[in-house]
Amino acid sequence: MFCSSLLFCSCYSVQAEVEDTLKRIQGINGVIGTIVVNAEGIPIKTTLDNSTTVQYAGLLHQLTMKARSTVRDIDPQNDLTFLRIRSKKHEIMVSTDKEYLLIVIQNPTE
Amino acid sequence: MEIVYVYTKKRSEFGRQCNFSDRPAELHVDILPDTSLAANFTVRDPCNVTIQCAEEMSEHEVNTERFESESRGINHVEGGWPKDLNPEDMEATIRYRKKVEKDEHYQNTIMQIAGLMEHCCKQNNATDIYQEFFEDEDEEVMEESEEQPSAKTINVFRDPNEVKRTATSLSWHPDGNHKLAVAYSSLEFQKAPNDMSFDSYIWDIENPNKPEMTLKPVSPLVCLEYNPKDSHILVGGSYNGQIAYWDTRKGSQPVEMSTIEHSHRDPVYKVIWLQSKTGMDIFSASTDGQVLWWDIRKMSEPTERLILDPSKKGNLDNALGAVSLEFETTMPTKFMVGTEQGLVVSCNRKAKTPAEKIVCTYSGHHGPIYALQRNPFFPKNFLTVADWTARIWSEDIKESSIMWTKYHMAHLLDGCWSPVRPSVFFTVKMDGTLDVWDILFKQNDPTLSLKVCDEALYSIQVQDNGRFLGCGSQLGTTTLLEISGGLCTLQKNEKALVSEMFERETKREKILEARHREMRLKERSRSEQSREDEGKEADGEESTEELVARAEKEFFDILEAEKRKERNEEKERDKEKGVCEEKDFQEEYETNGVSSFARREISM
Repeated sequence: MFCSSLLFCSCYSVQAEVEDTLKRIQGINGVIGTIVVNAEGIPIKTTLDNSTTVQYAGLLHQLTMKARSTVRDIDPQNDLTFLRIRSKKHEIMVSTDKEYLLIVIQNPTE
Repeated sequence: MEIVYVYTKKRSEFGRQCNFSDRPAELHVDILPDTSLAANFTVRDPCNVTIQCAEEMSEHEVNTERFESESRGINHVEGGWPKDLNPEDMEATIRYRKKVEKDEHYQNTIMQIAGLMEHCCKQNNATDIYQEFFEDEDEEVMEESEEQPSAKTINVFRDPNEVKRTATSLSWHPDGNHKLAVAYSSLEFQKAPNDMSFDSYIWDIENPNKPEMTLKPVSPLVCLEYNPKDSHILVGGSYNGQIAYWDTRKGSQPVEMSTIEHSHRDPVYKVIWLQSKTGMDIFSASTDGQVLWWDIRKMSEPTERLILDPSKKGNLDNALGAVSLEFETTMPTKFMVGTEQGLVVSCNRKAKTPAEKIVCTYSGHHGPIYALQRNPFFPKNFLTVADWTARIWSEDIKESSIMWTKYHMAHLLDGCWSPVRPSVFFTVKMDGTLDVWDILFKQNDPTLSLKVCDEALYSIQVQDNGRFLGCGSQLGTTTLLEISGGLCTLQKNEKALVSEMFERETKREKILEARHREMRLKERSRSEQSREDEGKEADGEESTEELVARAEKEFFDILEAEKRKERNEEKERDKEKGVCEEKDFQEEYETNGVSSFARREISM
């Protein structure tokens, strides 16, 4: 993350930063797609096609809910921050927050 | 003791209603105890009586009706959008998304979680934690660990009809192998009940509850084959001798059937697709002695006909009934037919005259040859399964098989080679067992013998990857088995070892054959029978009658000899008696008198 972004001209909005960051993630070697999902499971931002996005958003949203409830059941003070699913073909990473999810599908070093 | 009660009624009172009246009890019979009978019994003291002071329980078996389940799809519609927003409306959704993106909370959150994400992505790229380190060494480790050969049942497909029929033939789907076509019919002569269904099914191996597709022929199918080039087309040979073909895209009814006049006159036991440019040629064999070639686009008449007459005269009465066929796509001009009489006939398709079509015969089996298949790695060697043995033959040796199994206790009904290992083959028996033979490992016994079901197993077919196999039983139950890895992965040096084994056995048989020939030549020259060669044909036909006549003659000769012996013995005995009598008579006459003479006679 570039903290020096604050030193740039003040008209440099945070929104543009967000765009930048997401573009950077998408540009990382091996990343197939990026999806931002809100608390209701609606995909806000995506780099994949609609049907795939809807599928990933719906399924991972539910899975994240389940994982979060599991973590909190064990220790109520705890919370889920990151979820990684490694499959044969690629790795699905879900970075979570109380309201939004960031889903990234990456194909690690071939 | 008869107890009789006499009841009298006046003739004029017949038919009158019964009027009952009371009267005192009358003693009719009084049987007093007979104490003398007590002598037949002894007092048993003490008496052992078992009593259990527990709840009375009984055992019952209950089987619930099978729960029928069906897979259906559900259409989901996008949700989560706020109530006033229509998800189909592109503009509205875009507007909503843009609104969310402008939200400050969103932006802050994203910055946070994106940071973490970036870290992880880069981590993934830096080191692959799932890298396989011991891949190459894995193979060696696997070989060393001695895995016991085993087979596991994956699924069982039962005939959904009430009246169960035999699963006579199986065919795997050519691409992907996730479908299995099974032909059902009743091969027992005239035992098929009237309400037996004629349908055959195509099963999806994932779903054993319901067949994926039904094929409805006019007469039950005895054999069924997928077209290896076009997986939608299947051809089936039916019990009444007709051939029909189906297109799975067109439904359950056959697309076309062969005309009855030109079809076989007996059930068609085997149908095979030929390798041709059009991919539409098949040939079929039946116990009526004919092998017919067809083009499925024109089923009104066979394109070619061959009569399996070993005397090569094309005489249908002499013909051998065919029960199995063999065709290898690498040798398209040759094919082999297994007959009911136990002979394997090797034929050449391209011969000019019908007489030349039949090239040679291999004899050695005692019963119909139910399975005939060339080894996929060594086409010169083929496997036959018949009567109680399975035999491996080499094309060059016509007098006997080069290797054979021992005689089993039950008939062997079908068999096939494994498509991935040249030394492995499978056989199924009438007592419901499946045998897996590995000739490099053990020749005397099967490497693995598995009891699949209680009834006879009629057919077996291995999938192309050599790992799965399906076997069909007498009650229509098809079992899908998976065999352990050791039996379906090619071992190192296997091909070389198997080829060595086959060559060695072939050489042994050749030497034996040569010796036999020599011995026969010597005999022939010794006995000076010059007619043997010419008359062999006639002898061949009459030999059975001759043999019967000879057997009868011998039998009666033996009877006569026995009778004569008996008669002679009697005569001798009589003679002896007579001699003794005379002797005694003289003695008695000389010494004692008549009484002792009589005694002597009795003691004779």
